[in-house]
Parts: sequence; C-alpha cells; structure tokens
Amino acid sequence: MRDLIKKLVETYGPSGSEEQIRDAIRAEVEPLVDEVRVDALGSLIAHKKGDGQRLLLDAHMDEIGVMVTYVDEKGFARFTRIGGVNPLTCIGSRVAFEDGKVGVIGVEQKRDDADKIPKLEQLYVDVGATDREDSPVQVGDPAVFMRPFAAQGTRLIAKAMDDRIGCAVLVETLRRLEETPHDLYVVFAVQEEVGLRGARTSAYGIEPDVGIAVDVTGTGDTPESRPMAVKLGEGPAVKVQDSGMIAHPKVRRLLVERAEEAGIPYQLEVLARGTTDAAAVQLSRSGVPAGCLSIPCRYVHSPSEMVDENDVENGVRLLLEVLQNPL
Amino acid sequence: MILKELSDAFGVSGNEDDVRAIVLDAVRDHVDEVKIDAMGNVLAAKRGTGQDPMRVMLAAHMDEIGLMVIGHDDNGFLKVRSVGGIDPRLLPGTLFVVGPERIPGVVGVKPVHLLESGERKKVSKIEDLVIDVGAQSKDEAEKLAPLGTYATFATRFQELEATVSGKAFDDRAGCAVLVELLRGEPFTFDLHAAFTVQEEVGLRGARVAAYAIDPDCAFALEGTIADEIPKEKDVSPTTRLGKGPAITVMDRSFIADRRLVQLLIHTAEEQDIPYQIKQPGLGGTDAGAIHLAREGVPSATVAVPSRYIHSPVALLSLDDFDNTVRLMRKSLSRLTRDTLK
Repeated sequence: MRDLIKKLVETYGPSGSEEQIRDAIRAEVEPLVDEVRVDALGSLIAHKKGDGQRLLLDAHMDEIGVMVTYVDEKGFARFTRIGGVNPLTCIGSRVAFEDGKVGVIGVEQKRDDADKIPKLEQLYVDVGATDREDSPVQVGDPAVFMRPFAAQGTRLIAKAMDDRIGCAVLVETLRRLEETPHDLYVVFAVQEEVGLRGARTSAYGIEPDVGIAVDVTGTGDTPESRPMAVKLGEGPAVKVQDSGMIAHPKVRRLLVERAEEAGIPYQLEVLARGTTDAAAVQLSRSGVPAGCLSIPCRYVHSPSEMVDENDVENGVRLLLEVLQNPL
Repeated sequence: MILKELSDAFGVSGNEDDVRAIVLDAVRDHVDEVKIDAMGNVLAAKRGTGQDPMRVMLAAHMDEIGLMVIGHDDNGFLKVRSVGGIDPRLLPGTLFVVGPERIPGVVGVKPVHLLESGERKKVSKIEDLVIDVGAQSKDEAEKLAPLGTYATFATRFQELEATVSGKAFDDRAGCAVLVELLRGEPFTFDLHAAFTVQEEVGLRGARVAAYAIDPDCAFALEGTIADEIPKEKDVSPTTRLGKGPAITVMDRSFIADRRLVQLLIHTAEEQDIPYQIKQPGLGGTDAGAIHLAREGVPSATVAVPSRYIHSPVALLSLDDFDNTVRLMRKSLSRLTRDTLK
C-alpha cells in the first residue's frame, strides 16, 4: 500500500485542476468496479453494483496550492491561495506547476513588522525568470507544494496526505473487497479544499441512502497543541462532529459497532475547526444520513503532513467490515 | 443604446421591476419563450438550429447595490442600511432617488466650514448617515418613504470620449451583453438566458434559475473591477480598462471550468480579440451558484472591465463592451458537446 500512497501523494492536483490525479486514480480503480464515470465538475465516480442500499463513500482528490495573480516587471510571480494555505509554511517551500516547472517561495525582506508572520501579499514565487516577458508562468497558472514522500517507522510523511490518504484508503478497500451487499458508489471528489463543491454535486447525482467521507483530521498530541482527544497511531477516528456537520448517530454507531465487533482500534473525534465532504453530502437533496471516518494527521495543510500507517491499515479494515455487512 | 437604458433603470436587489420591464421589452421579439420565475428572474429561451442537443445558460444579474430605509428621525431624516456591498466613504453628499415615486434625496453631510478638527479624517459609518428628502417631521418622512423603501444612486448615463459613465455597470453591462447576444442569430444549441435577481446579496436568483434550467454548461456575464489607477508599487491590477474582456480563472465563488476557459482564450487568439485574465482570487459572480446546481454545471465568467463599480458612478470602455459581445458570440459559435468531453 505504501507504493500506492507514494504515487497518490506525489501526483499533481490542486482544486480545479484534478486531471492528473484523476487519471492516476482511474487507472487504479477501473479494474476493480463495474463502471467508472466522470461527472460534470470532474469528480471520478466508481460504481460497484449491488442490490442493497445505495452507499456513497467519498474522499477528495484535490489538494491545496497556489495560483499566480501577477508577474511583475522583474519576473517574480505574486500568488493567491487555492484552499487553506498558511504563509508560515510557504516561505522556503518549492512549488511545482502542472507541466513540472518549479518555483521557490520568497518573502519581501523590507517589511514594517518583520517579526510578524508575513501576509500572503508579501510573498512571491521565483521561477528563475529575469523579467516579465521571459517568465515561464502566467496569471492564472496553478501550482502545488513539492515534497517527496517519506516513511520512518510507521509514520508516513508527505504533502497532500489531505486527502490522498483517503483516496488510498478507498482504493485499497476496493482492492480487498470481494463481495458487498450494498450498491456502492466510491466518489473521488474535486474541489473540497475550496468549499466541498465536488461532493455536493456528486451526491446530488448519486442520491445515496447513506454517505461516509474518508478524510484526515487534526490531532492533539503535539507540543502545546490545541486540546483534541485524537492521537496519531491510536486508530482511525469516527467523527462525532466538526464545525460543519454533526454526524448522523446511526452512521457513527455503525462505524463504532463494526470496529468493536472486529477488534479494530478506533477513536472518537470532535474537531473544533474544519469539516469534510460529508457535510455537503448530508445536505444533498432531502438529506442523507452521513458520517466520516478520519485518518489522524499532524501538520494538516503544511507541505509535510504526517499520518500513521497503522491508522491507515485499520481504516481500510474498518471500511471492509462496513462494506461486507448489512448497514 | 440598451446599456444606457439599463444603467439608468432602478433595480436594487429585491426590487428589480424596472430593469425587468426593460429586459422583457428588449428581448421579447428575439427569443422563443420568455417567463418570469418565482423569485423574479427573467428566463428567456432562444432555440438553436438543432444540430446540438446541448443546453447552454447565460446569466447576467439585473440587481444593483443601494440603500433601504430602516427608520425616520424626529427632524424628518431617513435612516438607512445598505443592500449589497456599499462603501460608506462614498455616500456623504451623494444624490439618491427614493421609492417608487422617485423622490430625490441627498445623503446628509456637515458643511466643511463646521467640521471640528479630527472630523475630516474620520469616515462616517452607515448607521450615522441619513438621506434628506426635505421632510420637516417624522410623520412626513414616514409618509414619503415608509420602512423598507429602496433608494438608488441617482446617477444618469453619460457618453464621454472613448468611455461611458453611469451607475450599476455591475451588472447592467452584463445584461446589455446578454441582450445583444439574444438579438443575434441563433446558435446550434438552445440558449437559455437568465437575467437574475439578488446577486448582490448572495447569488440568490441564479441559484434557482440554474436549478430550473438544468444546463450542460454556463457563462456568467459581468461588469467587473478595473483598478489600474496609479499605485505606489508594481502590484497587480484586477483588470485594466481598454484591454478587452476579462476571463475569470478562479474567484472567491468558483473555479472556472478549464475547458471553457480554453475555448474563450483560443477563440480570442484566433479571432484577434483582445482579452485579459482577471486577477485570480477576487470577487464572486452568479457562476458561484450556477456551477453547484443539481449535479454540477461547468461554468465560466466573462466580464466587461469597469472602473469604480459599487460606487455612484462607474466608467467603462465601449471597445471592451463590443469585444465582450464579440468574444462571447464567436466562442459560443464554436462551443459543442465535444468542448466538454
């Protein structure tokens, strides 16, 4: 599964430009399901037909990034954020454009308050150009953070674990799944990081009976972290609520019961800030009972997000329990 | 000129009747079907020549920002709040037209002679501003302009040299582009025009219009910020006046469909129509609501650059306006189902 994770996290795919990551995931899931299609906004939908209830599983395939807003006379590119990008983690980072071109993020040195975290407007991407005319990038070009996948013990580190780890969990689940009584739709959604947009329209199209998102969540186990009960390596987290959704109690109970029956470690999650595609699925049409299985992740939205391999493995096992048993 | 008529019409969000009447008159003879939906959007369908079964939605919003009367004081002044995004710095001393009777009013301002030191540097909050319609008492004010009465900038359209000035170019410019497109020859597919209500208060009309139309793809037509007025630093303008229609890649409300953006750019380059990419990350348009309708709608936004929007008087270039109509017309004539494959 490490190979799969490495491949997915290193593939390019900021919100709105998910073609490359979609192709990569499509190649993985096409042999595993009955039908694969791409919907109007670009989400990839894999359908494994069954007679039972319509179950939607979702992970978003987009990642945060930056977009060029202006190339100045000397060829430096100013940029805006795609999704929640923090200036603190930008400085010194490298970004990669769709065609592989590389840029370095620099910061204006003469600032009034040099001790404060700079604003995004005070940063720029240096693509090695000497003036505006020879700049290889243009206004509107998106780019993602560059960072190779690394593994140390059971800890896995990469950019875009949010939410390629969810994509990997779903692909791996499909690989191991033999039979399911459910009519299963696995959605690899676009544009989550800019407002849960792909999941909203995909859920409308699928009209599921139950929806479960697989996404990362924060942890409270790092030095001076905000209080949060979730810890890395203690099992996948069953979401109780976050700032966008209260998980349907039946979906929460389903995940907890399946974990306990199968002896799979799990934790309960209450996330103070942030939400997932499940929030959009829940409000689709006349409403959908929805929940979320979270993979604990440190340093979310930085270029070095860290998860624990055991949590990932147990996430797959738990989903398989859900898929192989009645809802 | 349809732009003049539309710009001069009163139509603050929720009160778009006058604009709607002008739009209906302008398009009725050029479309096959026209109706007004439950929220007040004008939905007009122009049948295609039939080669392509696609449904293409074009949207422009009829509403503009303005003020609403929320109270009356003992001296007969009207207390107001804003409808949509208004910058209170622009209001003192501005002429407004109040209510259906079009009563002229002025936003009250202390004469410069009476300003205390320090006052000159302060910006009045909207709560501290009043409209003066000449009423002598609370009673009279209440009769002239009851609670909930709308007030609109009184600016009239004017032709300057290469530019025109007027109010509400956001989005009467888009409405005028859409009227021009409907007046032309039909396309291969059915065109569904939506002149929407309540964009300035949250893209509300477009949301239900897109649900009803259920299109295969959509374009929002806008009047957007041009702000290349002098600045100290080499920083990005949102768009520039006179540099052609502005194509959105990403704003706060949506990320444009890349296939449609490519169609627009290729068309502009092949037809030698000037164009510019709007600075990403700013603003929002009806496309933000449309692209999320039902199962999702690939969408794009094309705008006429306009200086000083959301102020009493804006400025745009008629060349930009004409080029926006041309770019849309040429792009739509090349749009097929395969564009979205």
